Amino acid sequence: MTAVSTSYLHDLTLSLPEVFLLGATLVVLFVDLFISQAHRQLTYLLSLLTLVGTVVLLVAVPEGRHVGFAGMYVTDGFARLIKLMTAGTVAAAFLYSRDYLIKRGLFKGEYFVLALFATLGIFVMASAGNLLTMYLGIELLALSQYALVAFDRDSPIAAESAMKYFVLGAIASGVLLYGISIIYGVTGTFDLSMLAQRLDAHALTQVGLLFGLAFVMAGVAFKFGAVPFHMWIPDVYHGAPTPVTLFLGAAPKLAYFALSFRVLAEGLGSMAGAWQGMLMVLAVLSIAVGNVVAVSQTNLKRMLAYSTISNVGFILLGFLTATPFGYRAALLYTITYVLMALGSFAMIILLSRKGFEADRIDDFKGLAQRSPWFAWMMLFFMVGTAGVPPFAGFFAKLYVIQALVEVGFTWLAVVAVLFSVVGAFYYLRVVKAMFFDAPADDAPIGGAFSFKVLLSLNGLAVLALGLFNTPLVELVAKALR
Amino acid sequence: MLTTILFYVFSAVLVGAALGVVLSRNPVHAALCLVLAFFNSAALWLLLEAEFLGIVLVLVYVGAVMVLFLFVVMMLDINVAQLREGFTRYAPLGAMVALLMIGEIVYAVWFRQLGVNLAGSAPALAPGSNTAALGELLYSKYMLPSELASVVLLVAIVAAIVLTLRRRPNLKQQDINAQVAVRSIDRVRIMKVDSVTRS
Repeated sequence: MTAVSTSYLHDLTLSLPEVFLLGATLVVLFVDLFISQAHRQLTYLLSLLTLVGTVVLLVAVPEGRHVGFAGMYVTDGFARLIKLMTAGTVAAAFLYSRDYLIKRGLFKGEYFVLALFATLGIFVMASAGNLLTMYLGIELLALSQYALVAFDRDSPIAAESAMKYFVLGAIASGVLLYGISIIYGVTGTFDLSMLAQRLDAHALTQVGLLFGLAFVMAGVAFKFGAVPFHMWIPDVYHGAPTPVTLFLGAAPKLAYFALSFRVLAEGLGSMAGAWQGMLMVLAVLSIAVGNVVAVSQTNLKRMLAYSTISNVGFILLGFLTATPFGYRAALLYTITYVLMALGSFAMIILLSRKGFEADRIDDFKGLAQRSPWFAWMMLFFMVGTAGVPPFAGFFAKLYVIQALVEVGFTWLAVVAVLFSVVGAFYYLRVVKAMFFDAPADDAPIGGAFSFKVLLSLNGLAVLALGLFNTPLVELVAKALR
Repeated sequence: MLTTILFYVFSAVLVGAALGVVLSRNPVHAALCLVLAFFNSAALWLLLEAEFLGIVLVLVYVGAVMVLFLFVVMMLDINVAQLREGFTRYAPLGAMVALLMIGEIVYAVWFRQLGVNLAGSAPALAPGSNTAALGELLYSKYMLPSELASVVLLVAIVAAIVLTLRRRPNLKQQDINAQVAVRSIDRVRIMKVDSVTRS
């Protein structure tokens, strides 16, 4: 016991980014209480500063794998990459959402505070060395997300989708927890590295473990939004205010990747033979349902929601190979997808103005005449997500397919490519609306300077990471050695 | 000897109280019987030297959950006769569920060898207060999870306030300060009225 207590200083130094993030979030929460609406910009700036400080501390964390808090907390290259990407994504989400929130009277401190708490939840998940910490991280993230979705109190559709999300999310958390408790009952440990030691080749023949794994898998699939646990995604994406959708669609995907990697690959790695089959069903269904249903959507937010489902299928495809190359491909895919999802939702925010949501595909008609530059940016995001070379999305898909073929799942690769072709249709429909249809309205394109610069950078990054993708590939390879 | 007698006394009251919960016609009586049942289960925990669980059972279930429950029961005007309408219809289903559960319990108690225990049985309780032992664990090995749990609770508070606290601009409400600071000239106007003589 004394050995544990003397190492607190060491533990706190390891987890300094999280400690700082929590402390600074509490400061933001307090400062926001005492300032008037006119000074709300201060909350926004402090939130951004919090993220900058966190990034600085993250870079200073010693390299290599370190364990703290009696095995509850793990920091390694993977955790660092996920955390850095998360901090960057959340900062981008803040920049994108400011104008939208101000125009609709939603510019309140709680948006930023809840988003920062969600970020902390993602950090905890990325660094979880124990199923207990992992679950607490999931709940921290989920609770903040439910509140964010219901954030616009005057919108009945937001309240409805928040209610759906909350009820389904609570059930999924219960299912996940049930699975965890069964695994604990069989192995007697919550610790992920201990779990990996105790499970050997015999694990696959144990009914109790398989039972627990099935429940854990259902929980993970719900969080990701994989078919058949996807029902909440279109409603929540459609109902939530667009900046919240942008937040939900981006950073949490990294967290769920961390969840699957830590629990399935690290903890239950020796049961890969069992979860591969489950993931196969989830992935194929996701790609099929996501791509086919998205074709019939007229609402862009709903279309992007189904596109998320199909992309989650791709992430799971990379993951189910259970090879280091497959994990890397899946992580690369997740990062690329997050980048493109950010941009796509930001485009909706750009075209929206007070009292008008540009969330239908028709609202993008003739964008090429209204603003050629941003029409091209949207083209980058759409074509990039569809997986057309030379954009980033193409290489992400290529690596996943390569990983599949390497382990002999050629038929899965064929299915994935076939449905991607179906998917290309609805992405190109947006492009067609932008470039070949007459504009429906000619309102000037709004948006602050910083917003436009960030959006342009985001779009160019989708192109640049496709043309020169070695830095990202090396980054991911370094994280998942 | 004394422990055995106490065990049977508490168990008998517990079973009686539990029957009272199910059988009493008045929902308030049922809720109070449940409180009695909780108290007796807490006493049983104490007999097992699990004093922490006993205390928590009283604090959380009796102190918080049941009080809320009583509030709800007293505030809602529940028509018991209406609730019992479908009783005979659902009785077979209820009996089936009960039998199933009895079967499961019997199975678990008699045929426990499911071959799933990799870790071996749990170690015996350490001598001394288990509240102290739990506290020590909570603030050493499990410090990170317990801190995180507190953050989760904080988020729940923030979320609850965000979603329920709302200032309504056109809501009519008293301004006590303005009421106290009011002066007579604000309210009473003295008007000079010319006297008119009626003819």
